[in-house]
Amino acid sequence: MTKENNALPLANGGKIRFRIGFNRKQLCIPYGVFLACFVIVPLFLIVFYAFTDENGAITIENFIRFFTTPTTLTTVIISILIALATTVICILLAYPVAYILANSKLGKGGTLLMLFIAPMWINFVLRAMAMKDLLTLIGVFGLNNYVNVIIGMVYDYMPFMILPIYSVLIKMDKSLIEASQDLGASPLKTFVKVTFPLSMPGIASGITMVFMPVMTCYVISDTFGNGLITIIGKLIDEQFTTFQNWNMGSAMAMVLLVIMLVSMWVTGGFKSEDTRGTNL
Amino acid sequence: MKKFCSVFYIALVLLFIYAPIFTLVLYSFVDTPIVGIEQIFKIGFSFNLYVKLFNDAALMKIVWDTLILAIVVALLATLLGTLGAIGIYYSKGKLGKGVSAASRIPVINAEIVTAVALVLLFALIFTESRSYFSLVVGHLVITTPFVVLSVIPKLKQMDPNLYEAALDLGASPFRALVSVVLPEILPGILSGFMLSITLSLDDYIISAYTRPAGFDTISTYVYGAMAKANANSSLPALRALSAIIFVAIILIVVVQNVRARKKGAK
Repeated sequence: MTKENNALPLANGGKIRFRIGFNRKQLCIPYGVFLACFVIVPLFLIVFYAFTDENGAITIENFIRFFTTPTTLTTVIISILIALATTVICILLAYPVAYILANSKLGKGGTLLMLFIAPMWINFVLRAMAMKDLLTLIGVFGLNNYVNVIIGMVYDYMPFMILPIYSVLIKMDKSLIEASQDLGASPLKTFVKVTFPLSMPGIASGITMVFMPVMTCYVISDTFGNGLITIIGKLIDEQFTTFQNWNMGSAMAMVLLVIMLVSMWVTGGFKSEDTRGTNL
Repeated sequence: MKKFCSVFYIALVLLFIYAPIFTLVLYSFVDTPIVGIEQIFKIGFSFNLYVKLFNDAALMKIVWDTLILAIVVALLATLLGTLGAIGIYYSKGKLGKGVSAASRIPVINAEIVTAVALVLLFALIFTESRSYFSLVVGHLVITTPFVVLSVIPKLKQMDPNLYEAALDLGASPFRALVSVVLPEILPGILSGFMLSITLSLDDYIISAYTRPAGFDTISTYVYGAMAKANANSSLPALRALSAIIFVAIILIVVVQNVRARKKGAK
């Protein structure tokens, strides 16, 4: 079949193919232009604002202030701690869920998985309001603002951890597990040596979906922290809305941007296969 | 024993996920700004909050504005993202790689950074920096990459010979794309569309920074109402709205599953 195809007017075919390849590639030009205008250029604007003062003179004062102000640094540390706690709790809660759904009869047909991710379709501010109502009802709201904020964060972000771990586990080659058991490994050893390492891409993907948003999503920390807990996202927000200091705000945003680019580079996020389960 | 543990654990996590939602539905029938046990006995159940919701013209406008915005954004994002995905997939060179890498930035970037970056841009090019245009662009920035992520796997699954065969049979490249490639990747396009609607409805930060004056989405309105937390706010009526949204979503999930079951039975 292929041979016959090639035997057809080859020169002509080659010409068409060249022209078509060019045509199809062109389809990404509108999106490329859109990204250049509204993603790339704005990021350069952040860099520009971060390195200038309000008169437009070049300075590194914003960064010096950022790294020498004790309250700012406390906020950064608190953000990281809250994000770490949330991420770890999310993994601990989500991994068994994903594992059970992927491996036992319970998860067959996807009904249960749908139940776990259905809340993602409810507006997250409304979901936060619901959780706040429940915490108020059982009388723990306001007892410990940090615990409340972490409960709120875990509640909002857990589905984002379940989904990628599940999609890695469900695709996993089950014969590897059988092979490990045939070779005499105990179920625990099989899990530690085979299943868990193979599910690492899912966990890594989940971490990128949880850690960074938690550090910056000030809606949850405001709602659950009684207005007493500030995270780095809120600092940036204040610079842009309350203090109107866009240069300082941009410097803070740039710090986050650098963290993001480094983590993207480390995890190979620029080219790696996607495991976020966007196809569900 | 193992099975019992699994069932017990799943039930426990589901309880954690659904207890707040059930609380919200329960208190959507209790007309009170304060959520407490005694309110149920003192005030009792009624449909007052639902009546308030549908009689509150300002609140209903916000609901419609949010839905219309989500649909406009999803349509544009689907068009832009589908074309982008096809372009990225068939361009093996620098162009495709560059667009693909740039497309991942809004996915991984913190939303607040994306938002303030857009604020800087719009302040630079427009005198009135916040408009419906800036709002739509802001939402497109966070939704379109997910359309691309939904469509590309379908392009990879597609038999590459199909397109070539269509050309060999005399179809123009455009015709081949529309009648051969498009039907093959349609499921990806649809899930990208749905994902865009979800992300747009769910968004707070981008909306807060790019919306024109006087325009509210459900998110910005609820956040504002919670921040003020005064007794006159429409916050209780929003419980009725949330309850409706919740029941609608559960219905969609159930219907989808029944359909999937039927498909599986065939």
